[in-house]
Amino acid sequence: MKYVDEYRDPERARRLAESIRRLVTRPWSIMEICGGQTHSILRFAIDEMLPKELTLIHGPGCPVCVTPIEILDKALAIAARPEVTFCSFGDMLRVPGSGKDLLTVKSEGGDVRIVYSPMDALRLARENPDREVVFFAVGFETTAPANAMAVAQAARLGLRNFTLLVSHVLVPPAITAIMESPQCRVEGFLAAGHVCTVMGTAEYERLAERFRVPIVVTGFEPLDILHGIQMCVRQLEEGRAEVENPYARSVRAEGNPAARRQVFDVFEVSPRKWRGIGEIPASGLRLRPEYAAFDAETRFGVAHLAADEPAECIAGEILQGLKKPHECPAFGLRCTPEHPLGAPMVSSEGACAAYYRYRRG
Amino acid sequence: MCLGVPGKVLEVFEQDDLPMGKIEFGGIVKEACLAYTPEVAVGDYVLVHVGFALSRIDEEEAREVFTYLDEIHAAGLAEELAAGGPDRRDSGDRPGAGGEK
Amino acid sequence: MSQEFCFACPRPLDQQETIQLAHGGGGRLMQRLIEGLFVPAFAGGAPRGPLHDSSVVEVREGRLAFTTDTFVVDPIFFPGGDIGKLAVCGTVNDLAMSGAVARWLSAGFILEEGFPIESLCRVVESMQRTAAAAGVQIITGDTKVVDRGKGDGVFINTAGIGLVAPGIEISPDRVRPGDAVLVSGDLGRHGIAIMSVREGLQFEGALDSDCDCLGELVSAICARGAAVHCLRDLTRGGLAAALNEIATAAAVGIEIDESAVPVAPQVAGACEILGLDPLYVPNEGRLVAMVAADAAAAILEIMRAHPAAPQPALVGKVTDTHPGGVELRGGLGGRRILDLLSGEQMPRIC
Repeated sequence: MKYVDEYRDPERARRLAESIRRLVTRPWSIMEICGGQTHSILRFAIDEMLPKELTLIHGPGCPVCVTPIEILDKALAIAARPEVTFCSFGDMLRVPGSGKDLLTVKSEGGDVRIVYSPMDALRLARENPDREVVFFAVGFETTAPANAMAVAQAARLGLRNFTLLVSHVLVPPAITAIMESPQCRVEGFLAAGHVCTVMGTAEYERLAERFRVPIVVTGFEPLDILHGIQMCVRQLEEGRAEVENPYARSVRAEGNPAARRQVFDVFEVSPRKWRGIGEIPASGLRLRPEYAAFDAETRFGVAHLAADEPAECIAGEILQGLKKPHECPAFGLRCTPEHPLGAPMVSSEGACAAYYRYRRG
Repeated sequence: MCLGVPGKVLEVFEQDDLPMGKIEFGGIVKEACLAYTPEVAVGDYVLVHVGFALSRIDEEEAREVFTYLDEIHAAGLAEELAAGGPDRRDSGDRPGAGGEK
Repeated sequence: MSQEFCFACPRPLDQQETIQLAHGGGGRLMQRLIEGLFVPAFAGGAPRGPLHDSSVVEVREGRLAFTTDTFVVDPIFFPGGDIGKLAVCGTVNDLAMSGAVARWLSAGFILEEGFPIESLCRVVESMQRTAAAAGVQIITGDTKVVDRGKGDGVFINTAGIGLVAPGIEISPDRVRPGDAVLVSGDLGRHGIAIMSVREGLQFEGALDSDCDCLGELVSAICARGAAVHCLRDLTRGGLAAALNEIATAAAVGIEIDESAVPVAPQVAGACEILGLDPLYVPNEGRLVAMVAADAAAAILEIMRAHPAAPQPALVGKVTDTHPGGVELRGGLGGRRILDLLSGEQMPRIC
């Protein structure tokens, strides 16, 4: 596939790793924000190509992992209702709430469907006017334009049987939270290329300046990631702290203004709880009051549900990069993909699941 | 977090007042909404996430990255470091790095 | 049974267009279903004798292989196959993986009340066509009907008996460090073909399922005799699951070179957009073979000459390190564990 295969070229990857080795003179810790990048790094064993001075810290950019347990409980409560067809991306189906997961609800008779796009859920709502179709709208800035369009289109079509359970989060407030943490070890960031495709790079300029930290907008293929690391290391070695964008084939400095307009027409910034981290101010999106009719939490009366996370799970420390998965005493023993204590063990992007799959033994 | 896949636009059409495209990914074809990339034409490559094209892939920028990667290899970074690490940002030969004003 | 026999749906069933509970009730409707549909299809219109509670076959001395498998698939008809073809190929292949030549099958149907008779005819016809091509006879069967809503159209169980020729010993016990690991063709076509027609995921341009009988291919490979140590057909869980099962059963390690594993561009493209790993995507007509290293080239040559092995490849080797584990050498040179998944691979979007 064009724009995929050439970015997996082993010879170029080897050369890039070599150039990184030549650059490094001392230890550095770099965080890849995005779970998709974590997945690529472990799948292609990119970390093994790097000099030992470099530590990659796996960041909180996995929507499945950071969705708080109480939103999951709300999803489970809604999905169990007989009149509801509950639509979700495949990633969310095995994530445990307080008691069970969406697959269990399905096995108990809930109508739970995997969809590829929120527009597929919208189509189900149009085709089944007697069903309440609920879409589980998780995701970062990348996914928000799609979910916003589904709501806008439902409004245009006058659909009354389509609602969203919203758990949208934003990257920059998470970076701020990580940098302000007293235990923060992160010295440079690989910013999530697809988030920046929508949002552009302006927010990251402010962060780079405020925290004196290099931020490199990075893609998802092995060469993209190595290139991002190479530029980040170079900044660190040269004492610079700027925003650089080697993923310019997809990311413009201004992002995608049309997508952003649609997002902020439907959603507004709100505080959000992050699984394992807690509430971060202005770190998420919720439906604007004019779209309140599309809010599943109010339609199904689940807004009040609250829940505590399992005490033994150290997802918070994992997601902030303070610990590696294998440093958790439950890892691989009491916490496995079959019996996960927390979301990072479930999502294929979750750091714990990725370690379990690719690094155990 | 966000699986975005580059695909080639085969066909552009309209559905429910939304611009749509048939997008090819290595031989298979899936529809995607083009509302956020109204500028794309048949033959362009777009980055698709959950059924939406989020940007047109810039072939020129893509090519420049490979030129740059080949250059740093040819030059040998040891030399660059020995020269004190030139700020390539200003020299304009590092693709995309100058994109942020 | 004549191989040329062409089965046409006889429409024997009065006015009913769909399966009724009475079709499994032991009365006249059931009798008509058996005599009007199953017997003419599977016995070529000429039953070997009076219908009876069991079939009797003649065997000479030797070893028999016996297996059973049950088939559920949604949708029942998919690009490149249907549940009937799957039910015959699956059991023929399971027999073949012991080096057995499949001879006789049973077919047990669980039908859901309301299932269209026309669909059942198509499934039965497909079973017969597949069985005839594979040289296997369907000689006994059973039908049950469940209430509407308590099944999913049709479920099929097939059991099979095959003959194992003298001198053939195919088993995980015989896998040795140093063995070459071969696959008979490109991975993932079946799983992707099914997904391409699933509600909510649909896409165009998927290749047909690889669903196929591997009996003849295995017979050809087994001509190499003792060099063939172990065979496994790739089904649910794909190549990754098959290799993990063998590594565990044989207490050996297996190393796979990811870049040597054949994957069609259409399957690779679908895996990219759905976030799947082709090594875990199901097949229904591919096998992995562990063979003596010095015979690998000759066996690959045999595979290449066979239509059921469209893209054979040497993908790795058996080792004596990390017994029970499968290690993958990635395209960039790094190594990772190729583990079993906890369940079916689900499309990941985020």
